[in-house]
Amino acid sequence: MGEVDMSNKVEVTAPMASADAARETKFHTRGVQVFYGEKQALFDVDLDIYENEVTALIGPSGCGKSTYLRTLNRMNDTIDICRVKGKIELDGTDVYSDKIDVVHLRARVGMVFQKPNPFPKSIYENIAYGPRIHGIATGKEEIDQIVEESLIKASLWEEVKDRLDEPGTGLSGGQQQRLCIARAIAVQPEVILMDEPCSALDPIATARIEELIDELRDNFTIVIVTHSMQQAARVSQRTAFFHLGDLVEVGETGKIFTTPQDQRTQDYITGRFG
Amino acid sequence: MSFTFVLGALIILTVGGFYLGRSRSLASAGGTASRLHSRPHYYGYFVALWCGIPTLLILGAWTVFQTPIVEMIVQSNLPERMLEGDPAQMSLIMNDIRNLASGNITSGEITPAVQAAADQYVSLLQTSGLAKFVLILVIGIAAIAYARGKIDPSLRARNQVEKTMMTILIVCSVIAILTTIGIVMSLVFESYRFFEKVSPVEFLFGLEWSPQTALRSDQVGASGAFGAIPLFVGTLLISFVAMCVAGPIGLLSAIYMAEYAPSKVRGAVKPLLEILAGIPTVVYGFFAALTVAPFLRDQGTFLGLDISSESALAAGLVMGIMIIPFVSSLSDDVINAVPQSLREGSYGLGATKSETIKRVILPAALPGIVGSFMLAISRAIGETMIVVMAAGLGANLTANPLEAVTTVTVQIVTLLVGDQEFDSAKTLAAFALGLVLFCVTLCLNIIAMAVVNKYREQYD
Repeated sequence: MGEVDMSNKVEVTAPMASADAARETKFHTRGVQVFYGEKQALFDVDLDIYENEVTALIGPSGCGKSTYLRTLNRMNDTIDICRVKGKIELDGTDVYSDKIDVVHLRARVGMVFQKPNPFPKSIYENIAYGPRIHGIATGKEEIDQIVEESLIKASLWEEVKDRLDEPGTGLSGGQQQRLCIARAIAVQPEVILMDEPCSALDPIATARIEELIDELRDNFTIVIVTHSMQQAARVSQRTAFFHLGDLVEVGETGKIFTTPQDQRTQDYITGRFG
Repeated sequence: MSFTFVLGALIILTVGGFYLGRSRSLASAGGTASRLHSRPHYYGYFVALWCGIPTLLILGAWTVFQTPIVEMIVQSNLPERMLEGDPAQMSLIMNDIRNLASGNITSGEITPAVQAAADQYVSLLQTSGLAKFVLILVIGIAAIAYARGKIDPSLRARNQVEKTMMTILIVCSVIAILTTIGIVMSLVFESYRFFEKVSPVEFLFGLEWSPQTALRSDQVGASGAFGAIPLFVGTLLISFVAMCVAGPIGLLSAIYMAEYAPSKVRGAVKPLLEILAGIPTVVYGFFAALTVAPFLRDQGTFLGLDISSESALAAGLVMGIMIIPFVSSLSDDVINAVPQSLREGSYGLGATKSETIKRVILPAALPGIVGSFMLAISRAIGETMIVVMAAGLGANLTANPLEAVTTVTVQIVTLLVGDQEFDSAKTLAAFALGLVLFCVTLCLNIIAMAVVNKYREQYD
């Protein structure tokens, strides 16, 4: 494992959210193994996710980065043949223990998917869905307020404020993805997981989402899986490189892209494979 | 020459034509298939079609027209005095001749004239059969020779074969459509005759149904009343009871199968449920009449309710069980068609499984579910056997499911069972009822299709 010395910040050029040593660990994972049936998809991944930072997971297809992401809010539970081993702690509590209800976990750890997946309801109802099922808001006014705030935070408000009753599926791809982000924000999660959120979008929509991710960092901890190394470099503070189910290297984004410690990381970021 | 024998010869001829055509095409290209315009077997099909289609048409036409022509000849050769009788007498004589020819019992004593006619009938049929066989053989061989002669490496055999095949496909679908149109037209014309006797307003809005018409003017209680409202109400009542059973059970089992059941269970349960649709409705009928209806009546006595032994409830319950698979199987498909990404999106927000089903999946699948309900309702309205056996014949105008009611389909059956004169209002009423039934189920099916199609557009 090419574990990088975190105290070494000489070469860091990317904007640092928490350059001080006091940053909080949000997710603490050790020895994470994931199996799909007989096939092992992740081997002993040790990774910490820090609060109010954007952590990017990069690596070639099938390297286990999405699998790892989905262990963090137990989305793998929906796959029958999937088994998870190891320690995955959110604020010191094991997410796979009985102490955490998966419903509460997912309220705390929201998710945005690769393909925009708005519900076939109105824009308003898409956002109100989460707050309603969690009882965060009950009155019409409260929900109105949450819808507006979430859309503003997802920088979609200006575009849709006059047509909140129209179906969310009628928006453009980029708008749909921002709607999905707004929908995730509306539940007031602590962490937002993003699984290649821009892979189905054009460059302009991608730029808007990246901008948005940078803004969201102040209030949320973000973990993003991406195939684009430029995107990882632009939006993240820390980057983890996965290869064939192993976590090869993790460190400050600037460092990973300028002076990777591991040969495989070097090869991947210079485009020699993947 | 029996029909089967000729058909067999024809098939052998056609298959032979195929091989002849194929080998001829290869020979014409000097043994290299790549020099041909089409693959060699297309040349085979080319010859086979040339041989098969005209001969089949001739065989069909000959078989259809042979008997009438032979009978005409036999009839014209009968002695003068026998031809003088009225048409009914004539048809009796012809019947005797036919029976005599085929060795059946005749109506009376056989006169020499009839015997001679029968002999002529038999010999004419034999000659005709032989002529048919020879003609078909000659035409078939000639067609093969002609088509074989046309084969040449530049012949566009594939295009011609495909064009012919397409024509055959079109003809087949046109036959299906024409049959439907024919059935509808016969319904419409007979209904028109009915409406000449009974006004449509009385038929559609009348409250009394008693289709007995008087044979004699002094007959009592046989005035004939053709108000179909009791039948419509009875049909709706039974369909309503059926949907009360099939709707919830079908939908809930569909939700279980699509969302909760492990794939193994689903693989076993779904075909089992679909078996329900495969049970003949007459079996459901006696289940309803012999098991469910008496059971309900006995329970009713126990509870102090007066349940008739032929009740809308019994028929509706059993019909409901019959249409469960229509609801469950279609709804299950529709729920499965809801994209997995919507489920993940909902789970990702911390929704439980039941919240996801209630608030995301069912609303998304709703149009399709409505479509499946519509199809089930149209099935329930058109269902006959169960109601004939279990619902009774009394045209009561009631909304009480514990009483006996009758439905449109039951009345059609009773109106047409037995010997009928096809010019009385009583018999013609069956066609008018059939027309109404057809219109209702057609409308329901069209609505269901439209709803289902709208749903499809949403996700594709």
